[in-house]
Amino acid sequence: MSEKSLTIIATKGTLDWAYPPFILSSTAAALGYNVTMFFTFYGLQLLKKDLSLSVSPLGNPGMPMPMAMDKWFPVLGTAIPGMQAMMTGMMKNTIKTKGVATVAELRNLCLEADVKMIGCQMTIDLFDIKHEDLIDEIDLGGAATYFEHAGESNINLFV
Amino acid sequence: MPDSNQELDARGLNCPLPILRAKKTLNGMAAGEVLKIMSTDPGSVKDFQAFATQTGNQLLDSSEVNGEFHFFLKKSD
Repeated sequence: MSEKSLTIIATKGTLDWAYPPFILSSTAAALGYNVTMFFTFYGLQLLKKDLSLSVSPLGNPGMPMPMAMDKWFPVLGTAIPGMQAMMTGMMKNTIKTKGVATVAELRNLCLEADVKMIGCQMTIDLFDIKHEDLIDEIDLGGAATYFEHAGESNINLFV
Repeated sequence: MPDSNQELDARGLNCPLPILRAKKTLNGMAAGEVLKIMSTDPGSVKDFQAFATQTGNQLLDSSEVNGEFHFFLKKSD
């Protein structure tokens, strides 16, 4: 079977948006794809050793609210302090009860499957991200490094 | 129902874990050996077909047993 390849640019650093890049990358790797992930801007959060990702109901009308909370809390209510922590806790709980993998688990499965992970050097400089806070298995690079992989790849996604 | 050399209990796991666990288990098996997978994820029915088509591992059988989904994958050469 001929070898295919996939690249994904991961730009978001919230608990919900951490899933698409890691699910697609781990699955593609299991199907025999060569996978390269490029993490830029808030996506760099997904490379932290300590993954403390949150999800916010603020400005996210598509988010299903448990217990008809959207009826009790109008849009402004989603900005109440503590709401983000509460929604994050609830989502983590749902993830567990539904048998969905944790982000850390999916990231580990990607690493085990030799998914290549590249952190954006510019973002690291821009946000003063400490190298020691990021996992060791990554390379650093820029846009040109990304295109070195993307130019040869069958599928390129931006998440 | 085909005979199997190994079994994988993926019940209660959601997409993409049944596929990833199956791939991992197949890695440790010899060509021609058969892996039986048990899953409760309805999405895994189409996913295991797609996995077989794309990886060359043969899906010998796919069935629903009391609300569970059973798959038999033969590892390719």
